[in-house]
Amino acid sequence: MDDLLPLLVAVPLLGAALLVAGGRLVPRPVAETVGCAVAATTAALALVLLLNSSPPFLEWAGGWTPVNGRSVGIVLIGDGPGLGMAALASLLTLAALAYSWHYFDEPPSGHAGSFPALLLLFQGGMCGFAIAGDLFNAFVWFELMGVAAYALTGHRVEEARAVQGALTFAVVTSLGAYALLMGIGLLYARTGELGMHAIGRGLDAHGRPDALVLAAFVLVMTGLLVKAAAVPFHFWLPDAHAVAPTPVCMLLSGVMVELGTFGVWRVYGTVFAGPGGVPAPEFERTLVTLGALAAVIGAVMCWYQRHIKRLLAYSTVAHTGLFLIGVGVLKPEADDGIALYLLGHAGVKAALFACAGILLDRYGSVDEHALHGRARELKGVAVLFTLGGLGLAGLPPFGTALGKSVTEEAVGGPLTVLYVAASAVTAAAVLRVAGRVFLGLGPKPADGTGSGYETTGSGERPETRHRLSRIPDTMTAVPAVLVAGSLAVGVVPGFAKVVAHSVNETGSAGVAASAHWTPAGVLLGLLSTLLAGVLALLAVTRPKTFAAPDRALWLRRLQSGHVGDYVAWVLVGATVLGALTLPGLLGG
Amino acid sequence: MSRRFRLWLVAVGGAGLAALFTAAALDLPAFGGDHHPYGDRAVHASLSRHTANVIASVNFDQRAFDTLGEMTILFAAVIGCGALLRQTRDEHRATPEPQEVARPVRRYALLVLPVALLTGLYVIAHGQLSPGGGFQGGVVAATSLHLLYLGADYRALERVRPVALYETGDAVATSAYVVTGLAALIGGSAFLANTLLPYGTFNTLSSGGTVPLLNAAVGMEVACAVVVLLARFLDQAVEIEEGNGT
Amino acid sequence: MGVLPYLVAGWVFLTGCYGLATSRNLIHAVGCLSVCQAGTYVLLLAVGYRHDATAPVFSDLKPGSRPVVDPLVQALTLTDVVVGATVTALLLALVVQISKRHGTVDPDELSELRG
Repeated sequence: MDDLLPLLVAVPLLGAALLVAGGRLVPRPVAETVGCAVAATTAALALVLLLNSSPPFLEWAGGWTPVNGRSVGIVLIGDGPGLGMAALASLLTLAALAYSWHYFDEPPSGHAGSFPALLLLFQGGMCGFAIAGDLFNAFVWFELMGVAAYALTGHRVEEARAVQGALTFAVVTSLGAYALLMGIGLLYARTGELGMHAIGRGLDAHGRPDALVLAAFVLVMTGLLVKAAAVPFHFWLPDAHAVAPTPVCMLLSGVMVELGTFGVWRVYGTVFAGPGGVPAPEFERTLVTLGALAAVIGAVMCWYQRHIKRLLAYSTVAHTGLFLIGVGVLKPEADDGIALYLLGHAGVKAALFACAGILLDRYGSVDEHALHGRARELKGVAVLFTLGGLGLAGLPPFGTALGKSVTEEAVGGPLTVLYVAASAVTAAAVLRVAGRVFLGLGPKPADGTGSGYETTGSGERPETRHRLSRIPDTMTAVPAVLVAGSLAVGVVPGFAKVVAHSVNETGSAGVAASAHWTPAGVLLGLLSTLLAGVLALLAVTRPKTFAAPDRALWLRRLQSGHVGDYVAWVLVGATVLGALTLPGLLGG
Repeated sequence: MSRRFRLWLVAVGGAGLAALFTAAALDLPAFGGDHHPYGDRAVHASLSRHTANVIASVNFDQRAFDTLGEMTILFAAVIGCGALLRQTRDEHRATPEPQEVARPVRRYALLVLPVALLTGLYVIAHGQLSPGGGFQGGVVAATSLHLLYLGADYRALERVRPVALYETGDAVATSAYVVTGLAALIGGSAFLANTLLPYGTFNTLSSGGTVPLLNAAVGMEVACAVVVLLARFLDQAVEIEEGNGT
Repeated sequence: MGVLPYLVAGWVFLTGCYGLATSRNLIHAVGCLSVCQAGTYVLLLAVGYRHDATAPVFSDLKPGSRPVVDPLVQALTLTDVVVGATVTALLLALVVQISKRHGTVDPDELSELRG
């Protein structure tokens, strides 16, 4: 069984190669069926492996099992979290492929296989990153994930915004990847190893952490946090997510960004958690600070958007901030909570993007103001979009609510307030959109550009060749299934226990915690839903009071769309990371 | 954001990172030191499998899984560039005009072309013996074809370079790499394990087990990929023009 | 001398970052990103160097007769070079499309996405 682990990568890659080789010869439905079949096979394989991952296992690619505890090969980790991420990535890829069934404009030069092939390569990269146990190997899959994602983001080359967003995304993430590689170089120089556990042991053997460990930590984390879109590395995310084709957005927001958070968790736990690494209080301070910043800025910016896809992108920034806090506190209960939250969030967020895509293809706009009251006819989509908003707020029994409540109990104190507030504000923004666009509530907002410094959602072109007059069943079925999946995470009895068990088995130093509904958690979930509802209602009925004040303009100005600015922020972010981590290393 | 403010940010961030990196460099083992545990093990493993070029052994045997990712990144870039540089609906293709080429250039290009091509193939074939291998040789072989563009004209290049065929070749080579890996798995060993073939006599073309096979797959993949990539860019430069007023 | 090669690597990396942040031309910016990456090559190769050692290729070298430099970092650098080349290709493809759609390759003049 262990031997099958590399197939999680090999199957989608082989599928992509076959699609490219035969893509010119076969009609489009065949190519898309093959793509779906390959993604589904990989998902099934990931699930089977996941069910057999207790106890977790290691697989040595190429059969280079260690001799005297040392190997020259690459180690893959088959544990609950890694395989869970691989399964999630595969299932969302399947959803994206199903959603884009017959959907896109003509593929390039009659090549039906190229879009599904790119999605499969993206899937292969994500699976590889999820199961990587070797730091350099993780970098390789990180890059594959990146390259496929850049091409997919810029896929609609006729759109001026799409190519600009894709370039920004590519430059910033690649810079992050090179920082990661610099960090790997430093770690290799110190320990002479590349396997994550082997590096960790090497650092511990060397004794107390010094400047080299700090620099390696900062560089490696910079790479991963750029992917995870922590503030101030987050600027690329709204620009890329707002312009990518909808099926790609589902993957970017649903799982790729979260893989950055997962990478932080994995790398800290294996490489830096020992006595020779970064002490726990420093890690906690760093991640909680950056996570809290991301949650606040993400939520505020989310509230001020009228471009619906951009709004959803900012809510992803806010939620990954919450995930980073949960990972940062280094408690087994928080790890369980985050795992559940992440699963629930993936379903809800992908469903919301899918609904936004329907609006785009039906009305040729994703502008909240321009669409006011126009989508009254789309009853089913309205229900799904609203359910998505409620899920984002953490309405029990959504998986998001369960994960959030478990995490809130683990982090405790003022951070609980942040969890409630950030989820309430982002959900309120979504519900506000639902109220205006699908129900036509409140006065029709002015159509002009308000402050002059914003991206409206008008002037977008549908991703289908013509505006849809009828929504294909696949496009509504996919978000429905995704929302149902998010509900299932919270409802299916015993699911939370299984997730908690498999997470704690590898991380959390083997301490087992339980994850279940608590009265306090349910109340907090209801509270944030109530807050979201009230805020949304007020915003819809009194748009003037809740419009973006001039005070907030500086925050908007930071999001300048200028790639040089974003690079400067990456440098500042790396320095901030270093400054936050430094004190504990000096004291020792 | 103003230019000035950005410069301030770069100064602060850059200074912080520079200080951090300098402090780290002072803690690094001295340059040229003798402590390379993984490297020493890799040399040993390579010799035990009769592969003279240790780097080839690392790339195609010990860390062949990395190379799978590496070649797939190239493959993804080929498909990605194909999608990004496609001819959009508002563009049309113009037939490139033949251009006069200076005779010395033409003669030199046509003379060097076969030599360059042969060199590329040689470098691929001897990947497990001498410096070089599929990646390096593939690039040389692919670029040698483009001497036709310099020596003759674009249409001559297009005749020896049917892009669809090369794109298929790229995909077939990538599949071949994966299939070789799967064959080892089916043969009862691990994915990409070098256990299928005998390791052969040290320092001969057939030594190293599956290393030459994977190396050849990569050579073919890289050659095809570079041809297709260059074709996409040349198409944009030479053929594809924006429609007038449509 | 013992740390100079490492400092060069850091210097090259930061120079690339400076260029990226201040660039007025996207093609130049893509080049700057490659400069950043060159910093990683220098670091990796410097880490693997061994005094008085030769290349780890034994076709004309008796095993054990001379020390060899670390083959691992050379393989990693090779991977890194390939990654860099492909990313550059994709970025340039995007720049080609940006220049068509926006009519400029000056990042200061791209104003579609903000706020």
